[in-house]
Amino acid sequence: MAYKKRHDGRKPGETRKIIAKAGVIPNADGSGYFKIGDTEAYAAVYGPRELHPRSQQDPKQGKLRCAYNMMPFSGQGDRVRPGPSRRSKEISMVMEKALLPVVDLEAFPNAVVDVFVELPQTDAGSRCAAISAASIALADAGLRMRDVVAAVAVGVVDGMKVVDLDYEEEAWKEGDVADIPLAMVPSTGEISLVQMDGRVKKDEFVQAIEQAKPAFDAIADAQRAAIKQRYADAAAKVE
Amino acid sequence: MDQALKEHINQALQKGYRLDGRKLDEFRELKIETGVSSTAEGSARITCGATDIIVGVKIDVGKPYSDRPDSGTLMVNAELRPTSNPDFEIGPPSIDSIEASRVIDRGIRESKSIDEKSLCIEAGEKVWMVNVDVCPLNHDGNLIDLGGLAGMAALKSARFPKLVDGQPDYHEHTKEGLKLSCVPIPVTVVKIGDNLLVDPTFAEEKAADARLTVASLEGGELCSMQKGGNATLTSEELNKMIDLALKTAKTLRKKLG
Repeated sequence: MAYKKRHDGRKPGETRKIIAKAGVIPNADGSGYFKIGDTEAYAAVYGPRELHPRSQQDPKQGKLRCAYNMMPFSGQGDRVRPGPSRRSKEISMVMEKALLPVVDLEAFPNAVVDVFVELPQTDAGSRCAAISAASIALADAGLRMRDVVAAVAVGVVDGMKVVDLDYEEEAWKEGDVADIPLAMVPSTGEISLVQMDGRVKKDEFVQAIEQAKPAFDAIADAQRAAIKQRYADAAAKVE
Repeated sequence: MDQALKEHINQALQKGYRLDGRKLDEFRELKIETGVSSTAEGSARITCGATDIIVGVKIDVGKPYSDRPDSGTLMVNAELRPTSNPDFEIGPPSIDSIEASRVIDRGIRESKSIDEKSLCIEAGEKVWMVNVDVCPLNHDGNLIDLGGLAGMAALKSARFPKLVDGQPDYHEHTKEGLKLSCVPIPVTVVKIGDNLLVDPTFAEEKAADARLTVASLEGGELCSMQKGGNATLTSEELNKMIDLALKTAKTLRKKLG
């Protein structure tokens, strides 16, 4: 039987509930929070700061360094062992690639901007939530940016094209599932992250991406509102 | 650390105040919330001043140690994540994070609050393994006390996952929680110059000459202790520090409810 109705009652193009905040980690130079359904990400940005080892320093441009970390109790299954894994290293790398197009590296030559993301709980879509949170944190740190980066997964679950899969959809057993994490620069439509796992026809893949456009706009709106709110709060404090 | 800041902290203490205006025996404003991670079997978030920590309890099933075939296991792990402070770096656990993990761990373990025999499912084969992970989001000092306190809140709130064919089903939990026979609470007293103070900020920790962590129970019984820092303590100071730790533990205990 094909997947006709989403198990939680959402429309195909509908994301789970989104909460976005800026300025959640006082020690950091910039920080962001992004929650989508039960997937929750905190991002802290430190820098621009001195890059060690010095041999990595580049007088032409700075470096963006990301680290994705699931808290050990944040997985749907067994405890996630602390420390880097193959998975977390790869996600950290694709996060960097997803965020690079909006960050002006030439503004901080020789230096590094570190982005650390922590996830206290996840229900699928964690790399996308991490990118969305990181983007808020980068803006909050006052870095020169072209835009925010909005990220969400799309997919095809047993024939139905959906946006923002949760764990139950990702692990759907009754039919094929394709999971496609995406990141987009909303103002230009440029795609900075594409991954796909699962079986899908090419035209379904294209349609699934097309269907996600309103979701990207909604995420970008939430991110921009979070950053504006941060400055509104700061201004209110001064008065 | 910045030598000037250390001198500043010392000078202020000589005049009888701390940089944030607190009295020596005064804790920062503290808040504990439980049920903050939907994927953990139990969880708590503690904020105290600018320190903000999430603690999660994961209960899984594993093989017991061969020398204790009928005992489950308890493990506390605290990580100084680089997210939480600009001084921390990515890499293998630093000695500070290992010490924090072990001091919190021993407070709970040595109190015998959790009867490890009650965690046995099938002797020699299967036992419950209780993992407490302490994850600071923003580290502004006193990780041991706050991690330990939130750890107890998280353990109190934890529910066992359902066992299906001997394997845990993390999507379904039973109503059964961990049986805690007592509630150990760690309190760290730091010594800066001749002053003894509780709930140090990150800067005060760095300025400290010595510290003593005392975990204690409801009736004032002590269950674990650890001295840190390079300076020595006189037995009179040790005495005063334990008294201050016991007095502070009483107030903190009320916050656990």
